[in-house]
Amino acid sequence: MLLVGTMKGAFMLRADAARRDWAVGGPYFPGSAVYAMAYDTRSGRRRIWAGPNSMHWGGLLRSSDDFGRTWTNPEEANVKFPESSGAALKQIWQIMPGRESEPDTIHCGVEPAAIFTSRDAGATWALNEGLWNHPQRPQWQAGGGGLCLHTIILDPVDQKRIRIAVSAAGMYVTEDGGTTWRPSNKGVRAEFLPDKHPEFGQCVHKVVQSKQKPERMFLQNHWGLYRSDDRGETWTDIANGVPSDFGFPIAIHPRNPDCAWIVPLESDEFRCTPEGKLRVYRTRDAGASWNAMTAGLPQDRAYETVLRDALAVDGTDPVGVYFGTRNGKLFGSADEGESWSELADGLPPVISVKAAVA
Amino acid sequence: MPLVFVIPGALREFSAGRSEVRLDGSAGTVGDALSLLWTECPGARDRVLTERGEVRTHINIFVDGENVRYTGGLAAPVRNDSEIIIVPAVSGG
Repeated sequence: MLLVGTMKGAFMLRADAARRDWAVGGPYFPGSAVYAMAYDTRSGRRRIWAGPNSMHWGGLLRSSDDFGRTWTNPEEANVKFPESSGAALKQIWQIMPGRESEPDTIHCGVEPAAIFTSRDAGATWALNEGLWNHPQRPQWQAGGGGLCLHTIILDPVDQKRIRIAVSAAGMYVTEDGGTTWRPSNKGVRAEFLPDKHPEFGQCVHKVVQSKQKPERMFLQNHWGLYRSDDRGETWTDIANGVPSDFGFPIAIHPRNPDCAWIVPLESDEFRCTPEGKLRVYRTRDAGASWNAMTAGLPQDRAYETVLRDALAVDGTDPVGVYFGTRNGKLFGSADEGESWSELADGLPPVISVKAAVA
Repeated sequence: MPLVFVIPGALREFSAGRSEVRLDGSAGTVGDALSLLWTECPGARDRVLTERGEVRTHINIFVDGENVRYTGGLAAPVRNDSEIIIVPAVSGG
């Protein structure tokens, strides 16, 4: 199952185990931008979460337990800032179900940059005050997409450790379950600042962590492609043989910590696929080398953009890899990127793709 | 004569399908009048106002034909028999 968020609603694609023929459902929430979706299987659920945001009526968190036939629509907005914060929700950027051991916990990353947590399966939500009141917040700068908290990584071993990423404040880590946060960006460049290696302020686009080897992380930066072998404490440049180290998304293999996929883009200004060729790059040696995976992808006048949450992998073997573009195309590979097929075209601009086995 | 609220299609899920909601009550301002509406249709509140209590950017509220954006916002005066229209702005792309 693919959960596809676009600028004008959400779509759901379903296929059998062969993952060749996909049935498209939707649009759900037509007209609303859907930056975040998630599939929650904890405690026997089959719940789809979505964060639609209407230009007119604002945004909130909605869910479906019947694969999109019906959706909750709470009278009161569930994810919203307390009055004392003086802030108003602009966008839900990320929905992250908690660990298996905490089946009623859900986190949301939002704009303006903040994290909300629910401990009762989404009924009530609380702003993380530690991050909201962080003394460095006044110096955070908004990226092109706004001051958004777009990535939440729950450490697969350390139950108290959560890493978040904000554009453009960089990454912050908590080791006490969210009470205190510290910046964690050592080695990550900020090309757009006079100090290229500040403590914080980097424009991190996406970060992923291996579940098998939690020390291993990959990062696609606003200029810069990085690997960490110490849970993100330090980062090493691994832009070896890619046409550009600019890009938005990065995905990691669910079992092989040396394998990841990216979609490089050309330059800060153009932000389209280099040379008009739509190429996914894959490493199988932890970034020592990257190979272009192009079979089945357009290589002529394909000026595409793949955004930070629009690349996803499933948990099957071989791994399925999927991505959507701002031109409304959706591509998939059932063989870890060796070959691709177009799953959908003519969608509204795709901003998020999540893959799940239902 | 009651206050008359004209409810846009997108919010009728929260007004029991009604396109008009008529409420008796005393309201000196648009904010007061909307508070009466939220009592009757609580689901409409967070769709019209942000959590800062401001009218959402792309929502217009007209009182007796005047857009309150130019007549004082939520502090704009209303009569007890005013017609208050909530309408999404012509925005999008």
